[in-house]
Amino acid sequence: MSTTADPPVAPEALDRVIIRFAGDSGDGMQLTGDRFTSASALFGNDLVTLPEYPAEIRAPAGTVAGVSAFQVHISDHDITTPGDAPNVLVAMNPAALRSELPKLEPGATVIINVDAFDERALAKAGYPEGHDPLTDGDLKGFNAYEIPMTSLTKQACEPLGVKPRDAERSKNLFALGLISWMYTRPEQVTIDWINEKFGSKPTVRDANVAAFRAGHAFGETAELFDHPYTVAPYEKPSGVYTSISGNTATAWGLVAASQLSKLPLFLGSYPITPASDILHELSKHKNFGVRTVQAEDEIAGIGAALGAAYGGHLAVTTTSGPGVALKSETIGLAISLELPLIIIDVQRGGPSTGLPTKTEQSDLMLAMYGHHGESPLPIVSASTPSGCFYAAIEAARIALKYRTPVFLLTDGYLANGAEPWLIPDVSTLPDISVPFLTEPNHVEDDGSRTLWPYLRDPETLARPWVIPGTPGLEHRIGGIEKEDGKGNISYVPENHERMVHLRADKVAGIADDIPAAVVEGDADDAEVLLVGWGSTWGAINGALERVRSSGRKAAHVHLTHLNPFPANLGEILHRYPKVVVPEMNMGQLSRLLRAEYLVDAKSVTKVKGLPFTAGELETAILGALDD
Amino acid sequence: MTDTTIPVTTRKDWTSDQEPRWCPGCGDYNILAAVQTLMPDLGVRREETVFVSGIGCAARFPYYMDTYGVHTIHGRAPAFATGLAVARPDLDVWVIGGDGDMLSIGGNHLIHALRRNVNLTILMFNNQIYGLTKGQYSPTSEVGKVTKSTPLGSLDEPFNPISVALGAEATFVARTHDMDRKHMQATLTAAHAHNGASFVEIFQNCNVFNDGAFEQITGKANRESMLIPLVHGEPIRFGAESERGVMMGNDGRVRIVEVDDVGEANLLVHDETDAGLAFQLSRLSHGPYEPTPIGVFRSVERPEYASMVGAQLVAAGEAKGPGDLQALLHSGATWTVE
Repeated sequence: MSTTADPPVAPEALDRVIIRFAGDSGDGMQLTGDRFTSASALFGNDLVTLPEYPAEIRAPAGTVAGVSAFQVHISDHDITTPGDAPNVLVAMNPAALRSELPKLEPGATVIINVDAFDERALAKAGYPEGHDPLTDGDLKGFNAYEIPMTSLTKQACEPLGVKPRDAERSKNLFALGLISWMYTRPEQVTIDWINEKFGSKPTVRDANVAAFRAGHAFGETAELFDHPYTVAPYEKPSGVYTSISGNTATAWGLVAASQLSKLPLFLGSYPITPASDILHELSKHKNFGVRTVQAEDEIAGIGAALGAAYGGHLAVTTTSGPGVALKSETIGLAISLELPLIIIDVQRGGPSTGLPTKTEQSDLMLAMYGHHGESPLPIVSASTPSGCFYAAIEAARIALKYRTPVFLLTDGYLANGAEPWLIPDVSTLPDISVPFLTEPNHVEDDGSRTLWPYLRDPETLARPWVIPGTPGLEHRIGGIEKEDGKGNISYVPENHERMVHLRADKVAGIADDIPAAVVEGDADDAEVLLVGWGSTWGAINGALERVRSSGRKAAHVHLTHLNPFPANLGEILHRYPKVVVPEMNMGQLSRLLRAEYLVDAKSVTKVKGLPFTAGELETAILGALDD
Repeated sequence: MTDTTIPVTTRKDWTSDQEPRWCPGCGDYNILAAVQTLMPDLGVRREETVFVSGIGCAARFPYYMDTYGVHTIHGRAPAFATGLAVARPDLDVWVIGGDGDMLSIGGNHLIHALRRNVNLTILMFNNQIYGLTKGQYSPTSEVGKVTKSTPLGSLDEPFNPISVALGAEATFVARTHDMDRKHMQATLTAAHAHNGASFVEIFQNCNVFNDGAFEQITGKANRESMLIPLVHGEPIRFGAESERGVMMGNDGRVRIVEVDDVGEANLLVHDETDAGLAFQLSRLSHGPYEPTPIGVFRSVERPEYASMVGAQLVAAGEAKGPGDLQALLHSGATWTVE
């Protein structure tokens, strides 16, 4: 054991660590985790985060239902998941300890704010009367540290003249300071952030800085810890990086798409968890010509967006599952009007209100079939938080080129999760601009030149985009079936059938205009092919590496385009003896694959509102292999 | 520079090649004719004019105007038009719908378009019935209406569209009817000139499913005695000899009086900027069988929504400079890997 007289001990190097911050929803755990993430990102680690919080703004304080947690996985190498079982838990109250302890790896470090453990709090957390988890064996097998964080924070703030009640609010910064010491995070990054964030509230600022410094100093001087740890930076490709969440990446991707298409961006939206942050982010960027309308409901959100699309804007509506249900009729209109429109569904647990703050991939069938009539539309998905940036541009490209609504599916895990992102040079991004029609496009028998609003481009089958304000091209369109070419109302049976086929062929033809699916892993001799889409990419990737390192042959294809599928997908699916499809739903993609390709795609499902861990998928894959 | 003079047009220029498909004798024909003949006088361009509609008989209207037009879905025309008007404030956007379209399925969008004060000219053809679905009662049908869906009479209290619009903070609220082209055109001209959302209720006869609903007040023989023209700054009078009028009693309520009984000086002078008065006038009649005010109930100036949206874009551009995408991507905390 070291003494205070000893020189500082050299940190022990780890290749990775998974830390989970947990406390009451009012304890500021999301902020604590976010700041630790930011410092780690600036330090150069690779990282993946998993924020988890209750749907209620303030669930009953001190209860398990009110626990808010933030898990972050940092490493000196490339990682793709927030980690299976945390190595470290910071528990700010008994409820956090009770709900989070079972998730830890055996022997994990548990740092406990012991000040919060009184009889009342234990009862609120649901511990049986007379049971104290600190003394009654719950912590057996863990490396537990009981630290009076609240009182130490109050002490640290006392010289500043901060009232004890106010000082108590800074205890999360104490925890952050302590963990920052334990993992040798740079201090200044966090102090700079506090100074900037709370600059207008000097008392809060000073209390937070004092608490953070006190936590850091406590780690250094208290004789509790042998030594700190360090996780070296990850040797990433050179360039400038930033830490980005999926929702921010989506918003920035839309701003980029607006610039790349040379069209003003219009967002019609209604607040809904977990999509609202896209609305918030875009509302900040009015200097990019971004118009955001917070509509009276989901229907008006997409209605306004479609109106803007008709007017020649790059139009977007953002929502989550329940909102998609409400937008369904207008999606049908957009398909009929053949106007470009991006519908972003940040998926969450359903049905109904379901699990608003939890992730799921259960809207694939909704996006694919959740509208009336024969109404196919393209579907694009994102696989990582930063991937949302490129997925948004791709959705815009397809919408504009083919004059069709396009679904972009992300999910709660991508939306709130963050990862380091090598910022692209914007000059390398594609030009996705399309022309408006400005002259008549048809010559009548009598030689006069007229507009046929549904005369299609022979290659893309897209109709022209004619915006009001164009002289000589006045015309009327609507949701009633239109005569092929001319666009006038038509109830002719053969015409309707032709139009249904034309709309379907237009969407199907996009298969030739998207990247081929790429097989990763043992492409030549895999015993099993894993097919995934969306945010399961990280977990599937992690599981694949584990399975392969155990000597088995496995391959992975991850889909970003879900309708149409890449042209080479069928050939790939039939190349391997077994096909396993992990999804955070009840097997929606596997059903589409079975229907489309007559392949025996085995479904692996998880519907707990939580992403797969690599370990879960490893077990599932090995099980399938030996099946 | 393009020619900024508005080309001279006639009704024919505003008439599309599509044959109207309303029932013969429908009041919609009168409204269509009034609008088509009015457009040449409004000083607007065909290519900058857009008619947006929902679903219903009235909603077929855009097909017959040789302008830009979109026949959207039931109830959603104000939402679609809001997006269009915000995206394209250079356009002249009209919204056409019936009482079912705008007050039932689309009631929410109507009230929000009105309170936002989006620059839309909204015409609600009120025939107090569902025509396109062949005769069910509507949100403006009188209580007790016997229809296919209410064989024992409807139970629902009807909306008073003018009261609804006023309650929704509309800045321009007016009423006219399909039997008087001159009044329709004067009212629509004022509605179109208004900068912001204007709401015009047009009493419209459905001669198939609700024939004569307004006959007691708009019929040629009844008009003078049953319609109360509202003229800003003028005493409110009606009747063949202008023998009747509207007065505010000592109890603060408006009521119909004989001019001879109260004296001309005691008649109420219409003030279209007085919201309270407009609301009282909207409650004067309880249905199309009592003397009913027509004309402009309310007209006040309030900043228009799309222009405020545009002003925020300009202000943001001035404060932050034009958007720089590369700078945006670097706007968070960044670090460099060598």
